[in-house]
Amino acid sequence: MTKFSAFSLLKNAVTGNRGWTEQWPDAEPKKEYDVVIVGAGGHGLGAAYYLAREHGITNVAVIEKGWLGGGNTGRNTTIIRSNYLYDESAKLYDHALDLWEGLSQELNYNVMFSRRGVLMLAHNVHDVQSFQRHVHSNRLNGVDNTWLSPREAKAFCPILNIDESARYPVLGAALQRRAGTARHDAVAWGYARGATARGVDIVQNCPVTAIRRGPDGAVEGVETGRGFIRAKKVAVSAAGHTSVVMESAGVRLPLESYPLQALVSEPVKPCMPCVVMSNAVHAYMSQSDKGELVIGSGTDQYTSYSQRGGLPLIEHTLAAICEIFPTVTRMRMLRKWAGIVDVTPDRSAILGKTPVPGLYVNCGWGTGGFKATPGAAHVLAWTVARDEPHPINAPFTLERFTTGRLIDEAAAAAVAH
Amino acid sequence: MLLIHCPYCGETLPELEFAYAGEAHVVRPDPSTASDEQWRDFLFIRSNAKGPHAERWRHIHGCGRFFNAVRDTVSDRFLATYPAGTPRPDLSLSEDER
Repeated sequence: MTKFSAFSLLKNAVTGNRGWTEQWPDAEPKKEYDVVIVGAGGHGLGAAYYLAREHGITNVAVIEKGWLGGGNTGRNTTIIRSNYLYDESAKLYDHALDLWEGLSQELNYNVMFSRRGVLMLAHNVHDVQSFQRHVHSNRLNGVDNTWLSPREAKAFCPILNIDESARYPVLGAALQRRAGTARHDAVAWGYARGATARGVDIVQNCPVTAIRRGPDGAVEGVETGRGFIRAKKVAVSAAGHTSVVMESAGVRLPLESYPLQALVSEPVKPCMPCVVMSNAVHAYMSQSDKGELVIGSGTDQYTSYSQRGGLPLIEHTLAAICEIFPTVTRMRMLRKWAGIVDVTPDRSAILGKTPVPGLYVNCGWGTGGFKATPGAAHVLAWTVARDEPHPINAPFTLERFTTGRLIDEAAAAAVAH
Repeated sequence: MLLIHCPYCGETLPELEFAYAGEAHVVRPDPSTASDEQWRDFLFIRSNAKGPHAERWRHIHGCGRFFNAVRDTVSDRFLATYPAGTPRPDLSLSEDER
């Protein structure tokens, strides 16, 4: 594997770019591993990377039913922020943001993390009060967040419509300057490259059909499309399919899987310097480095495993986008798709141990798992390696749905994560 | 666009007329005797089935009434709709046998 540097770029540029080698090998599964991770998205690959890098556990396989990064890692709108209301969430997402800032250097792979700022629009009095509360709460937790007047918001994002007679008037906005976007595929590729360089196996096109438990109840391994793979520990990080996989181990989770849709426009010259989110009308937009406007909507109303979603929701989202950014009304949309997101009743993740010895779970990220990728992967690796949660993910237990100690971001953050 | 058959109106109509209302046949435990685990199951745990899924819908822009449906969550195709309060139909039987 080539190490990327100015020198290696230059050398390959003058020699016809024929010297580049494979970035990660596709592995055939061995019969036995210390740790098997189900799901080769950013979270699963990252956990494998940190297991090898920080805990010296390299006999690890990441097993993926499709292709690497082909699930929600490749389907999100790449927004990264940490302005969550509650202490538990703020710590978790800010931990991720700390790791995002050094990730390209750490992985020697450009994940194109861009701190372009995320602007959250307030359209009504409730939004104003709620976002100002967020700003204060964030500052107490050391998370940067600032309140902007409509004119300041327009100065930050010039294509914003702040006309008082607008369908969705802008009464102000919360701006997290440290937030931004990253290249989603590169995150999966970078972690895969770093993990395999340390001895981790990545097995693609190999569905995990069941988790096998021994007579003592502990995990023995996973049944896959390519036979049984023995493992001392199994960590499931399978997004919308987590509840299906976990049910085979007898663990029922408080999850429901919904389609979450996104779409991109034709590429145009730079017109949007930041990310804008409008939680009240479920419309999210930023511009990719290719020039496409990347637009996200809310989840469809019904549970589904079809990575498709319904057109009425797209129409609703685009109607809102056209009102907020009148300049884009005649843009053509190129592609739309959906990812299947696993939503918990309190809209916070479940990350930690399960009642089954040796079985760990990382799920329930709902509509906002991408931003957490490095942080979730980091604390998941810690939890698996030490068989106890990291202080950051300790509150995100499965037991909270029995004790009632919920982390109720659903009500606090309106809807979007 | 989903096309949904309202069992009360007897018409098949676009999804815009309907609101989803979560999994069907979730039974509330007896509050005087229910354990924490029973409350958890009732409040939070759902089958999240991949395949046929019994669920509640409401015809909000029509008769306004709740009904139940069995929908395949992989294809999003509706396999049956039936009035609230009636048991989940056995889809292995033909329509006449149900």
